[in-house]
Amino acid sequence: MDQFILQVLNGLDKGSAYALIALGLTLIFGTLGVVNFAHGALFMLGAFCAVTLSRILTLSHTVIDESKKDFLGNPLKVEVPYIQDWFGQAAGQTIIDWAVPLSILFAIPIMILIGVVMERGLIKHFYKRPHADQILVTFGLAIVIQEIVKYYFGANQIPTPAPEAFIGSFDFGALIGREPGAIIYPYWRIVYFLFSALLIAAVFAFLQFTTFGMVVRAGMADRETVGLLGINIDRRFTIMFGIAAAVAGLAGVMYTPINSPNYHMGMDFLVISFVVVVVGGMGSLGGAVLAGFVLGILESFASLQAVIEALPGINQVVIYLVAIIILLTRPRGLLGRKGVMED
Amino acid sequence: MFGLDKKDTGLLLIVAALVAFAPILLNPFPENSALAQFNAGYPDLMQRFVIFGIFAIGFNILFGLTGYLSFGHAAFLGVGSYAGVWMLKLLTINVIPAIIMSTLVAGLFSILIGYISLRRSGIYFSILTLAFAQMSFALAASVLTPITGGETGLQTGLNDPRIFPEFLGGGATSGGNIPAPELFGLEMRASYELSVGGWLWTFNAGYYVCAIIMLVAFYVAIRIFRSPFGMMLRAVKSNQRRLNYTGLNTKPYMLACFVISGMYAGLAGGLMVSMDPLAGAERMQWTASGEVVLMTILGGVGTLIGPVLGAGMIKYFENIFSKINDNLLHQWFAFMPDGLEDFMVAVIHPFIGKGWHLTLGLLFMLVVIFLPGGLVEGGQRIGGLFKRKKKNTTTDTQSTAAN
Repeated sequence: MDQFILQVLNGLDKGSAYALIALGLTLIFGTLGVVNFAHGALFMLGAFCAVTLSRILTLSHTVIDESKKDFLGNPLKVEVPYIQDWFGQAAGQTIIDWAVPLSILFAIPIMILIGVVMERGLIKHFYKRPHADQILVTFGLAIVIQEIVKYYFGANQIPTPAPEAFIGSFDFGALIGREPGAIIYPYWRIVYFLFSALLIAAVFAFLQFTTFGMVVRAGMADRETVGLLGINIDRRFTIMFGIAAAVAGLAGVMYTPINSPNYHMGMDFLVISFVVVVVGGMGSLGGAVLAGFVLGILESFASLQAVIEALPGINQVVIYLVAIIILLTRPRGLLGRKGVMED
Repeated sequence: MFGLDKKDTGLLLIVAALVAFAPILLNPFPENSALAQFNAGYPDLMQRFVIFGIFAIGFNILFGLTGYLSFGHAAFLGVGSYAGVWMLKLLTINVIPAIIMSTLVAGLFSILIGYISLRRSGIYFSILTLAFAQMSFALAASVLTPITGGETGLQTGLNDPRIFPEFLGGGATSGGNIPAPELFGLEMRASYELSVGGWLWTFNAGYYVCAIIMLVAFYVAIRIFRSPFGMMLRAVKSNQRRLNYTGLNTKPYMLACFVISGMYAGLAGGLMVSMDPLAGAERMQWTASGEVVLMTILGGVGTLIGPVLGAGMIKYFENIFSKINDNLLHQWFAFMPDGLEDFMVAVIHPFIGKGWHLTLGLLFMLVVIFLPGGLVEGGQRIGGLFKRKKKNTTTDTQSTAAN
């Protein structure tokens, strides 16, 4: 039973990442009808927003500290971040410590900008081209983005720790009356899950309860009619692309403490996210979120020792296996709408 | 000739000539000259040109004719490689059984995957093939380690229990070395070097084996493109639904096409291990599948020669472009004033050496955006430009004559 709860919890954080990326993919597909292979690269760019901000915050200058001496008695040179000069020692240290959460504010405008530029500059020209062309050009774009990031940040993983307050684990077992220490779960993963749940809820609320969202939903259902009503639907879809990019980016920002970012992390997530979108049903936002969590949890169950012993290798292939079964038995995916790319 | 019309015969002969004289053509710069590193005429790279050419030709039969974009073709290459190495390990060091077996095994594997994947089309087909390929990769790298050698890969060893160590001229472990793959006593890595003036040309046995097989594969591809079967596949691409309405069942055609394409990939895998008897799981990863897609698109989808050109170009970039470094750039731009020289080097730096993937990505994007038909279309457009000019001048002269 403990194992069971633990695996559900373990699946949640990976599932949230899948769900967020798949949500963005589905937003883009549902509004613009474009299959975006560069979405994983957006996730990766988000993660590197966090890396960049923490590097900016730790920009420092050298100060000769008279109070400390090295073993020869000379005064020691100390690197002092500028931020500590401006806000004082303690406050500066806290700001640096909280770099990852602060990156959220930093990443939102950047990711929206990147999304809008990408849509206006490239994807706009591919609406009328076949899906295969869209896949190919975004695939090329993903390679280019990856290589640029690799050029500036190197190929190695860059550790980006969570704030000190969230380091350590939470004894989940004690909370629900199990013996202490049986089910422990890192604090940051709880934060990640809550953050993604909040973000998903925000996206849905935005689409459901604002006029802008209503127009977008109408455009998803029938783009031409909305256009004929005199609404500039293209501009709204461009903004939606920016929002989808921001969602992927934020998923990346918050994921950095769980898994140190490197330049190809996006591609690793992308393949699975596509599977998630297809399992959830092309064009269905709810389906994408549901499938993301379901597959994340299934994946962590498959890595249970007992399961691996019964079916060796299942932990590696379970997601693909589920995808194949779903695609063959339920052509529309879990919650797919009728008439959206059924063949 | 060989049941081809004049144009195709010409194409085949041109390709045959290019392939036959490749060791000379690809070494246009004398040894020891500054440009010698642009020479691509060394055996390893030439073998890769033709092997990936075969792979891309096969992929093009599926994608170019039917429009089904498979993102998991590397799985067949990987399966073919493993089958080939096992033949070399268990049967004989002669490469013929390895090549035949790898083609057959990849064919069987593609029947299985094709039968399931072809039930859907469009992006779902892409995802299904991707899923199968990723599954094969994950299994090959982990659970199937006894068969595939896991992450270290599978290779021939000193004490392989060959059934026919002497069969077909296959030599035993002479001198305590791991025997090299060979064809009736002719080692694949044996080369004949010819030095003329400053030039050094290497004629490699393995390369010519690959080249002959590639020519056969190319010929078969031409026949498929021109056959009624090929017409049927093109019809699937333009409108499958209409084809179904006329009472035709397209499934068998599609499956046959998928299996042929898979066998080409298996053949490429078999040749790869025949040249270098090592098969690793990373050959099946989806990036490898992406590579063959890049090759085909870059060269020209649906054209005969395009995939071969694309394969050659990408492999050339990979090997030659990635070797250029900053020192060399400084040499090239040495004639410029210092400031400008440094600037030029700084501008070009991200695109060379380890950054050649960036060049590749940009090139690929440009091709998809502006030249959906790939290099072949580019060539045709340039050709068309000259033709049109000629036509314009003739009409001009006509109009002046009329005046």
